[in-house]
Amino acid sequence: MSNSSIGWWGVVIGVLAGSVRGGTPFLLVSLGECLTEKSGKINLGLEGVLLMGAMSAYAVSYKTGSSLCGVAAAAGVGALLGMIHALMVSRPRVNDIAVGIAMLIFGSGLAFYLGKPYIEPSAPQLPGIPLGAWSSVAQIRAALSISPLFVFGVVVAFLMHWFFRSTRWGMHVRAVGDSPAAARAMGLSVGRTRFLAIVCGSALGGMGGAHLSLFYPGAWTERISSGQGLMAVALVIFARWNPVHCLWASLLFGGAQSIGPALQAVGISTGYYLWNASPYILTLLVMMATCSTKRTLVGAPGALGTSS
Amino acid sequence: MLRTCSILLAGLAAAAMTSSVPDAMAADQVVMGFIYVGPKDDYGYNQAHSEGCAGVQKLPWVKAIEEASVPETTSVQETMRNMINQDGAQILFPTSFGYFDPHILKVARQNPNVQFLHCGGMYTEGKHPKNVGSYFGYIDEAVYISGIVSGHSTKSGKLGFIAAKPIPQVLRNINAFTLGARSVNPKATVQVIFTGDWSMPVKEAEAASSLIDQGVDVLTCHVDSPKVILETAERRGIYVCGYHANGSKLAPKGYLTGAEWNWTKVYSDYAQMVKDGKTLAGGTIPHLIRGGLKDGFVKCSDYGPAVGDDAKKDAEAAKAKFMDGSMVIFKGPLMDNTGKVIVPDGQEYNQKDIELEKMGWLVDGVIGSTKS
Repeated sequence: MSNSSIGWWGVVIGVLAGSVRGGTPFLLVSLGECLTEKSGKINLGLEGVLLMGAMSAYAVSYKTGSSLCGVAAAAGVGALLGMIHALMVSRPRVNDIAVGIAMLIFGSGLAFYLGKPYIEPSAPQLPGIPLGAWSSVAQIRAALSISPLFVFGVVVAFLMHWFFRSTRWGMHVRAVGDSPAAARAMGLSVGRTRFLAIVCGSALGGMGGAHLSLFYPGAWTERISSGQGLMAVALVIFARWNPVHCLWASLLFGGAQSIGPALQAVGISTGYYLWNASPYILTLLVMMATCSTKRTLVGAPGALGTSS
Repeated sequence: MLRTCSILLAGLAAAAMTSSVPDAMAADQVVMGFIYVGPKDDYGYNQAHSEGCAGVQKLPWVKAIEEASVPETTSVQETMRNMINQDGAQILFPTSFGYFDPHILKVARQNPNVQFLHCGGMYTEGKHPKNVGSYFGYIDEAVYISGIVSGHSTKSGKLGFIAAKPIPQVLRNINAFTLGARSVNPKATVQVIFTGDWSMPVKEAEAASSLIDQGVDVLTCHVDSPKVILETAERRGIYVCGYHANGSKLAPKGYLTGAEWNWTKVYSDYAQMVKDGKTLAGGTIPHLIRGGLKDGFVKCSDYGPAVGDDAKKDAEAAKAKFMDGSMVIFKGPLMDNTGKVIVPDGQEYNQKDIELEKMGWLVDGVIGSTKS
């Protein structure tokens, strides 16, 4: 039955494969944001970073013919934008939310402007890792062709978890994020730690963009991100600032994106607007469930969003 | 410092005002404004219009200005006003469906001497301002040809159609595609997925993957930019028919044919009418302009390498019948996919029939529903 209908299994395969394909940008951006927020700063500009990453990955891959160069460029551009954000928020009395929104608009505007000539051409894509090579079913082979950036993201998620829990540097980041005053007393440089956390986090966000333009859906257009960078920020709260939970949350959001199309493919067409809205509904529900005026969230870095 | 700045600014503003006096009064020049909802090189709807704009610009007495990526909000009103007041545009083509109500209607009422031409079928005489008109091509004729070629090329008998929204123009293409396919392959079915909006790259890729997983082996679409769908189909090794513009470069192996616009012809006709001093309000420019394959408004892409001789023969035969005007796509007996008779035996809708622009049904053979 290598090419025949697989009926309802298609929905299952579609949603599972969709959660990996569609979840990768969420994963990388949320890991980047997780690192940033652990150090006590918020970077809302990751939506702009995602777009700049997608655009520069596509452009460089097209110009050099190497998709790996594209990914490297995306990470570099992400780090560069992160640097601007980090330098601005390191100034006293600069609000990181406001800077983040400015960077979001700046990043997306710059990506649209510089990306105009790259909408038309086709750039070399990242090769998938054929985890489904054992199967004779074409659908499973296609579903299990995994993005190398997803594998990278999974590795980073576990590494980051270990980094926060068991390494000296990880503890430094947490200390800076929880209580900058105590960190200063320990002799740590709050500014430098935050700078590095924001720059590395932003580089991860840029690589999330590379997945969008070089793997799935695999094209550069201005609508490519459609708010995924912002949703990923919400997702960090959902994941309680835990990198491994970011992974599960990203898979959930990625899967939610593909429910609508997968159901329509088996002929269930009612309510597709509702299904298509499911990631956003999920975001809202998460925000409502986790917001409370009475206490800070479990796991939230103590200095998050303060100007200390 | 502040004072010098404000003086400078005032000076600039004054300069801008003097230079913004429309110079369109200069005889023998026609200024045309084109507005697109997305980028103009997207292998899609906007690229087709932009190619039309570039085509009409070749006329020495035409000055064509364009603006891309203008959302269907008040910003399109701003763009229209700028084109009228600063560039002196005499005729505007805001091309996106959602520009019409309320944006075009509002700006048109304020600028009765400018001609507003909207792409699509939303103009109603008596209800809308007199200086508004609509133009559209019967692209369903080219889509019907795509259907014939797809019906011949499919092995599984399952075709897929990825559409943005269940509006009449889209439903008409889905139905024409299905009728074309079933005219040569009566058992073929067309599975429809609505993505919900004109440009949703992730959702379009997701829809294409889901359809291919269900055994669909020929895809086509009606979205703003078919690029992602064409590339996904090519990667998964199935056939695909293009839409809006020629996409054969994106799917060199699997591209069968495609329905393309030919707006250069349409825009050149309008430019000539404006040059001759004709107006919509005066009744000298028709409010509805329509045309199909025969009139050169639409065309079919060249056949891809996978198209067989039988398919070519049937497609060419149908094309010939469109050219001599004897072909009718929507003729009875036709049933919709819920079993209701839509067109009784013996009755037919010719292309100009306004009934077709109100289409709200999917023909028998389509799997999907128009309800959201």
